[in-house]
Amino acid sequence: MSYLEMLNEDVRFRDGLKACISCGVCTAICPAAEFFDYDPRKVMIIVQKHREEEIESLLRGETIWNCGQCMSCKTRCPRENTPGMVIQALRKVSQESGLFVHSVKGRQQLKVKRSVGDNILEYGYCVHPDTLLPDQHPEQGTVWEWIYENRKEVYERLGANIYREGAGAVRKIDDESMEELRAIFRETGGERMFQLIEYYSEE
Amino acid sequence: MDSENKITSWRNYQKKIADDHYFFVRSCIRQTFFPGSERAFLTIMRDVLGRDVLDDPRHTSCTGIAYHSDVIPLQTIMTVVARHFALMTEAGYSNFLVSCVTSFGIYNEILHMWEHHPEILAETREHLWKATRREFQVPANVVHTSDTIYKFRNEIFAKAKYSLTSRNGESPLRIAEHVGCHYAKIFPDKGEGGAEFPKVLSGMIESWGGEVLDYPERRHCCGFGFRHYVVRENRGYSVANTRKKLESLAPLKPDLILANCPGCTMFMDKWQYTLGEMEGVTFGADGRGIPVLTYEELAGLVLGMDPWELGLQMHQVDVEPVLKKMGIVYAPEKKYLNAGGQYIGKPMVPDYCCL
Repeated sequence: MSYLEMLNEDVRFRDGLKACISCGVCTAICPAAEFFDYDPRKVMIIVQKHREEEIESLLRGETIWNCGQCMSCKTRCPRENTPGMVIQALRKVSQESGLFVHSVKGRQQLKVKRSVGDNILEYGYCVHPDTLLPDQHPEQGTVWEWIYENRKEVYERLGANIYREGAGAVRKIDDESMEELRAIFRETGGERMFQLIEYYSEE
Repeated sequence: MDSENKITSWRNYQKKIADDHYFFVRSCIRQTFFPGSERAFLTIMRDVLGRDVLDDPRHTSCTGIAYHSDVIPLQTIMTVVARHFALMTEAGYSNFLVSCVTSFGIYNEILHMWEHHPEILAETREHLWKATRREFQVPANVVHTSDTIYKFRNEIFAKAKYSLTSRNGESPLRIAEHVGCHYAKIFPDKGEGGAEFPKVLSGMIESWGGEVLDYPERRHCCGFGFRHYVVRENRGYSVANTRKKLESLAPLKPDLILANCPGCTMFMDKWQYTLGEMEGVTFGADGRGIPVLTYEELAGLVLGMDPWELGLQMHQVDVEPVLKKMGIVYAPEKKYLNAGGQYIGKPMVPDYCCL
């Protein structure tokens, strides 16, 4: 299957790129274009050309990993395209084909998988207080350090249910619900995506 | 445009917000950084406003942060969302109440895709059945928690103990608001006021006596960027965006910043500390930072709730200047106590900002 065919299998690619007129409004509004060497208009031009070698270059390169997924482009596009959704499809194909390991920012997907990805299958959440280690998050400041070191007492005062089952903030998700979540990952390709990221990153 | 057309046009920016009976889903970020806000939300909805809100402990993350960081396939997040809708359906509810702005965008995006691609909805139903033996109805109404506080803002103010004014009532608090990108930029018709005229926060501020500040970068992203924050070496992107916003709003000398997205609230609070440590750059009248509050924290203060039971001690930027300005009676010595009333120590005061 060609890369273009792989992209076209993704509804986000089909819905995100309908009739681009290359006006550049997406680039004008894009926060990532302001801080990185990134131009979503150029990405849209490349994928519209349907040239495999240029699409492969995108999948191997740094460009597609710059988008911050704020989706401001969707609001402003006069033709109701969404470059941010096209980026999602490109990143998916880059990971499924293993090409993401050829770029510095692409290789960071292993860190993403091993943090917010693995957290979902361990805690049922993308983020849990236990996972935000102060030495890995110095930007969180001195108050977070205090919260982390006293987390059981801080959360309990605020009515949270930390480490316990039952309703409430940061509650422990019951075993049956966690098993349903893992079954969904097995059934829908979530588990396979995690395995692919590990496999290609090891290579 | 004649006046009749103007009225019709404005209606396009108003969304339907259900009046009662909600199935509530929590937020990974909010329950971690602002657990007191989720508790205050339920207290306000149930005890102050008398509404029925079900908090089912079996729901999980929607996986949205990992999805927008691109390690979760579309069908996986769709089926996780479908499981939440199944829990709602089984409990006999049809109004879906979402605590997180990222999740709010996710739910609306998925419902939109299912509406326009029924074959994807059928595939999701099949996945959910195979994985969990559950079935679901799509919600009649999807609302964000800030939508409901906005809807009931006048009822809340009717029971208020304080207003968003200085202690003597002579001057309004000056408030800069920030609406999370995924609240209305993806589907403007799903947000109160749309992407062009978001009223969800400014409506609360005005109704409770405050003054809304219009600053140049009001609609700029906070800079979360999902993978840009998750990966440590990329965090410069996040801090750069927030810095741009802070530099834009600081000259207006706001008393506080109000946000409706958990990530935005946390970042605009924490990055003020980071900028101080990195470059000695500080914001706020005396360099102590500009407090950043959630809408429940603000509603809770107006209603006379205890600031430490709202969780304001979890903020890096000290909120006590806001309490003092509003004339709120509170006990500073109770800030760092546990549930049993014992002192548990306090955070270190940074060199620059902000405590």
